[in-house]
Amino acid sequence: MENNNSHSQNSHSYGIYILVWLALVVLTTVTVTVAGLDLKTLTVTVALVIASIKSYLVITIFMHLRSEGKTFKVFVMVALLFLLVSFILLFADYSFQ
Amino acid sequence: MSTQEHAATHTHRDDYGARMGMWLFLFTELILFGGMFLVYSVYRFTNQSEFHLAATELNTIIGTFNTAILLTSSLTMALSITAIQKNNKSLSVFFQLLTILLGLFFMMNKYFEWSAKINHGLFPGSDELLTKSSGEILFFGLYYVMTGLHGLHVLVGMILIAVMAGFTSRGIITHDNYVKLENTGLYWHLVDIIWIFLFPLFYLIT
Repeated sequence: MENNNSHSQNSHSYGIYILVWLALVVLTTVTVTVAGLDLKTLTVTVALVIASIKSYLVITIFMHLRSEGKTFKVFVMVALLFLLVSFILLFADYSFQ
Repeated sequence: MSTQEHAATHTHRDDYGARMGMWLFLFTELILFGGMFLVYSVYRFTNQSEFHLAATELNTIIGTFNTAILLTSSLTMALSITAIQKNNKSLSVFFQLLTILLGLFFMMNKYFEWSAKINHGLFPGSDELLTKSSGEILFFGLYYVMTGLHGLHVLVGMILIAVMAGFTSRGIITHDNYVKLENTGLYWHLVDIIWIFLFPLFYLIT
């Protein structure tokens, strides 16, 4: 029983998950609708922004990152930053060819 | 003395470490798919009009439907963890089985989608595809590899959840020991996130 502090403590109620799911469905509808309009180069930007918002919701609420310790949050930030840097370096190279 | 008693009656458990291990594994998955997204972004950048043309072959309705299915399966997975936290074993198993069923629907749609493409002669190395421009060939190559690898992950996730449902009903996963179910959930949600990006990048290029 002394071990309790290292046991799982990520608890949420049913309600918040249903709210997040509703938000995800609404955002999907928005992406599909926006893609239907002819926004040219803006289409991919809007799609990526909405996908990022959806991922943020899934990571913080569904994957419980919000209630995890600081170490987890730092780890995730570093992993995402690594990916972002890879994209920036790659496109820095391609744009100047 | 109490620690001795404790060690004798309890096996060591570290849920925090288990979850951290799972997150570290998920980062390797992020790099695996991230690499593919890098390849995709460069080829899309250099073959913009061909990618637009090739994407018109994809069925946006099936894609949207599959997105909704996968988002809902993420919901049922999260709910199954809340149910076990509230010590509601049968509800947790029900939500886990529902998640597997939704995964199955997703895979069925994928099957019909791929079959339709293959029947139209659109598969890597087909005579039909080889008559098209190199940009379109690249698009379909990426489409099959990325959605294929994602589909494989959905399949693995379904098997894992089935094992967890067995564990839950046999009382191995309980209201105070459910980190296995939590980690399976983390994997399932990652697969969902990858689809969240695959969907607009393949189906919504107008």
